[in-house]
Amino acid sequence: MAGLRYLEDVITLQFDVDKCTGCQLCTQVCPHGVFVMGGNRAKVVDRGACMECGACALNCVFGAIEVQSGVGCAAAIIASYFRRGGEVSCGPGDTADAGSCGSSSGGCC
Amino acid sequence: MPDSKVTRPGLDQPFVTGSIDTLTGPVPVVPTELTWRDRRGGYKVRWGFGRYSYTIDPGLYAVGSPSDLSPVLVTANYKLTFDTVRRTLAGRDVWILVLDTRGINVWCAAGKGTFGTDELVSRVKSAGLAQVVSHEILVVPQLGATGVAAPQVRGRTGFRVVWGPVRATDLPEFLDSNMRATPEMRAVTFPLRDRLVLIPVEAANVLKLTAAVAAGAVVTGGIGPGWYSIARALERAPIGIAGAVAAIVAGTVVTPALLPWIPCRMFAVKGAIAGLAGALLINLAFLGAGAPLSLAAAGVFAVIGSSFGAMNFTGTSTFTSLHGVEKEMRLVMPWQAIGAVLAVGLWIAGGWY
Repeated sequence: MAGLRYLEDVITLQFDVDKCTGCQLCTQVCPHGVFVMGGNRAKVVDRGACMECGACALNCVFGAIEVQSGVGCAAAIIASYFRRGGEVSCGPGDTADAGSCGSSSGGCC
Repeated sequence: MPDSKVTRPGLDQPFVTGSIDTLTGPVPVVPTELTWRDRRGGYKVRWGFGRYSYTIDPGLYAVGSPSDLSPVLVTANYKLTFDTVRRTLAGRDVWILVLDTRGINVWCAAGKGTFGTDELVSRVKSAGLAQVVSHEILVVPQLGATGVAAPQVRGRTGFRVVWGPVRATDLPEFLDSNMRATPEMRAVTFPLRDRLVLIPVEAANVLKLTAAVAAGAVVTGGIGPGWYSIARALERAPIGIAGAVAAIVAGTVVTPALLPWIPCRMFAVKGAIAGLAGALLINLAFLGAGAPLSLAAAGVFAVIGSSFGAMNFTGTSTFTSLHGVEKEMRLVMPWQAIGAVLAVGLWIAGGWY
């Protein structure tokens, strides 16, 4: 990913090492190597690479990880301006809370 | 005796070559070689044709002649995804459990939650998977983790999720090494090849908008002294069209292709830089046209149009965050709006000067 890093100072990822039990799931699901095992607990080694996908937090049953997750997609954010609730997400366009992707509009997925 | 509560994918789908009998009834068998028809379908959706109806029936499929001990791979019902998975499985006996993501790929569908815990749990049950296999392991692609909570799947089905590799091409090595993924298999990248394959659909998405801008420029190009002149519209048309073409090429072809090498982290700024190069080319090409304001308008449009197109590539890329993109949009969209007003003003004024 040389040359491919994004804005790092607004990342919302928070990790509470005291709640970590060392199950390793976060190190397996993160697509950008943000977590590695440090002894018998996880540790954050590259917070700036986080893309806020939320996979780690969803798979951490111990609540050690918090992140305001969503898609880093300008088209989805623009679509959310025009939608009640304003959820920023991908998904089929024919669902009630459609994202930018799907059959009723153009998109990226 | 087929189980009436089990729903199975259709055996009449064109890529199904046979069926295998299980306790739940006949399960469709699919080959690992793609036919010309599969390839043509994949090619079409890469250009954006019928992309949202390129689906297959969800449910359980078989590759080779799997037994109750064979691994179960989970994937999405976007046919391009399904084909990418099955072609890596030559010579293997494997079950493939296809979730209903409404024809969206695994990662995007997981972000939405359609490739998610609930769908996986209900698909395991409706496919009668516990009657087909005697083990309790589901290989779920790692990028599905945005929607699938492995601990919950275990609690609700008894099946344990093993996170598979990011890329289907790593499946053979993953399966051969006792389902262990190397750090390389876990890492999302965005190499040139992956960026290039996304360009057609990216350009196709904004093609109509670009054509509308070009048409608008040609029609309004006639405005000037004496109100309207078709001759003037035709004379200025090449400059207006060049501005629109430069914007789409710079924003959706050049910027994605050269992404790591164009300076600045914000995509919109990368796009503006590429657009600036396009603007310079237009000005060189029409140097002798004697239409300074029209050229300025086309140049400004090339910059902001490219900037906007590149900004939309954030969603296609594999490493941008929600809060990063929000920040970028807050910073650049006012400038894009100012540029749009400026381009229109310059273009209209260009009818006089």
